[in-house]
Amino acid sequence: MRRFTWFNATSLTLGFVFLYLPMVILVIYSFNASKLVTVWAGFSTKWYGTLFQNEAFLDAAWVTVKVAVVSSTFAAVLGTMAAYVLVRGGRFMGRTLFSGMIYAPLVMPEVITGLSLLLLFIGIGFDRGMMTIILAHTTFSMCYVSVVVSSRLVSFDRSLEEAALDLGCSAFEAFRLVTLPIIAPAVISGWLLAFTLSLDDLVIASFTSGPSATTLPIKIYSAVRLGVSPEINALSTIMISIVTVGVISASLISKRAAVKQKRDEMAAERTAD
Amino acid sequence: MRRFTLIAVPYFWLLVLFLVPFIIVFKISLSDTALAIPPYTPTLDLSSGWEGIRGFFAALDWENFTFLTTDDLYWKAYLSSLQIAAISTLLTLLVGYPVAYGMAQSPDEWRPTLMMLVILPFWTSFLIRVYSWMGILSNEGFLNQFLLWTGLISEPLQILNTNKAVYIGIIYTYLPFMILPIYSALEKLDASLLEAAEDLGCSRITAFWLVTIPLSKQGIIAGCFLVFIPALGEFVIPSLLGGSKTLMIGKVLWEEFFSNRDWPVASAVAVILLLILIIPIVLFQRNEQKQREAEGQ
Repeated sequence: MRRFTWFNATSLTLGFVFLYLPMVILVIYSFNASKLVTVWAGFSTKWYGTLFQNEAFLDAAWVTVKVAVVSSTFAAVLGTMAAYVLVRGGRFMGRTLFSGMIYAPLVMPEVITGLSLLLLFIGIGFDRGMMTIILAHTTFSMCYVSVVVSSRLVSFDRSLEEAALDLGCSAFEAFRLVTLPIIAPAVISGWLLAFTLSLDDLVIASFTSGPSATTLPIKIYSAVRLGVSPEINALSTIMISIVTVGVISASLISKRAAVKQKRDEMAAERTAD
Repeated sequence: MRRFTLIAVPYFWLLVLFLVPFIIVFKISLSDTALAIPPYTPTLDLSSGWEGIRGFFAALDWENFTFLTTDDLYWKAYLSSLQIAAISTLLTLLVGYPVAYGMAQSPDEWRPTLMMLVILPFWTSFLIRVYSWMGILSNEGFLNQFLLWTGLISEPLQILNTNKAVYIGIIYTYLPFMILPIYSALEKLDASLLEAAEDLGCSRITAFWLVTIPLSKQGIIAGCFLVFIPALGEFVIPSLLGGSKTLMIGKVLWEEFFSNRDWPVASAVAVILLLILIIPIVLFQRNEQKQREAEGQ
């Protein structure tokens, strides 16, 4: 049985204090009554009130959510297709180029992706707005989805698909009835990843958005460039709470699913004996 | 037919929205700046057929690239980006290694929780994580108030709007990328090797240097590249935490494009940044491949 040594406990504590203290301070100061964000003047929730009256922020939040839902759904579909092609597609013309285009966006600086997409949209005379942000987000997040899904596809037992084909399924039916249910957790986590990437993105959205569509990160950036603001602290607190609740509940659900699967497998083994 | 559609749809998508934009950037980097909308003179005119294509090749020039070498702002920005990225990668390693080591040494039932605590910040907005340091590092911020209260300093330290704040921002936001690969290398480490080293007369610290560090080398390399590569082209951190003297190429590109509206120069800056990035990316991929081969054996 391993126990924490003095050294390890200290380094873990310091590491996690460093990771979490800034966010804790942010959350605490969002309840500060003073406009001066560094002076504590008593507990108040007034910044949440002014935040919910600020229509520009609410509009931007709505645009951001719409963009994130649509782009992550497109990305989940396209990314799964791309992963399937990479893992199961065999050889085809331009396969190297294809896999290069899947991995390149993962390491590309956002300023370059944003600049190049903007130049494309201007070059073909596409009006910038929500549509262009959706296209841009779909493009980079489909690559993340395809990496997540293909790692699941690589590890799965091909004989299951072959059995379905032997039993008379068409290739498409085998995919729908056997492959898809098995890779579904990976597709869902890919979707979640694409969703959060889209919610967070400032740089690519700034390049590809037009005057008609402003996302929340663009709004936050232009507000905080001038300094700390209590309204942004309140907004950050809301976003941090949503993420925390989401991640913790997702991990609890997947833990429960894993336990259930293990129990089912053991039950199946007992029946087989 | 179905297979063709399956391949063609994502392929076509990436061609149009990833590859073609790059070709356009490359092309514009070779064009001339103009005071118009769009602010560059296209050098390829397909409507005039062969004449236009010949004109295109004749008009291609490296003028913008020459401009980048003559104005020392640009090469200073590249050098300072490399320097900031390298220093902050090293600092992230120094902060991240003990945490990863502590995680790998912790009792088994603690590991999933510690793992989630490392990953959780990664799901939180990048912008908000950078922003959270603005209130801490400013002259009347939390850190200075604390240090003044303890009496360690008598005047507030100027940290925000300097390169120090940029280092802190990069360490903070990219720490999970450093911890995770090192943790996964250390987790696989066979504890009996350390016992053997100690039995053979090594002290704990010598055993750590001679056994643990070399066996976690792949994780260290992977973590360093995962921090260095994105830090090099970073925009948000130098723009919010850095000062007017902080030169990073992502910020220069942004300003060249949005403030100076010099698209050809912005494109040339992007092309050179890509060329610089190719080296660490290739090295990183080679390291990953080595690791896969080692695991396959």
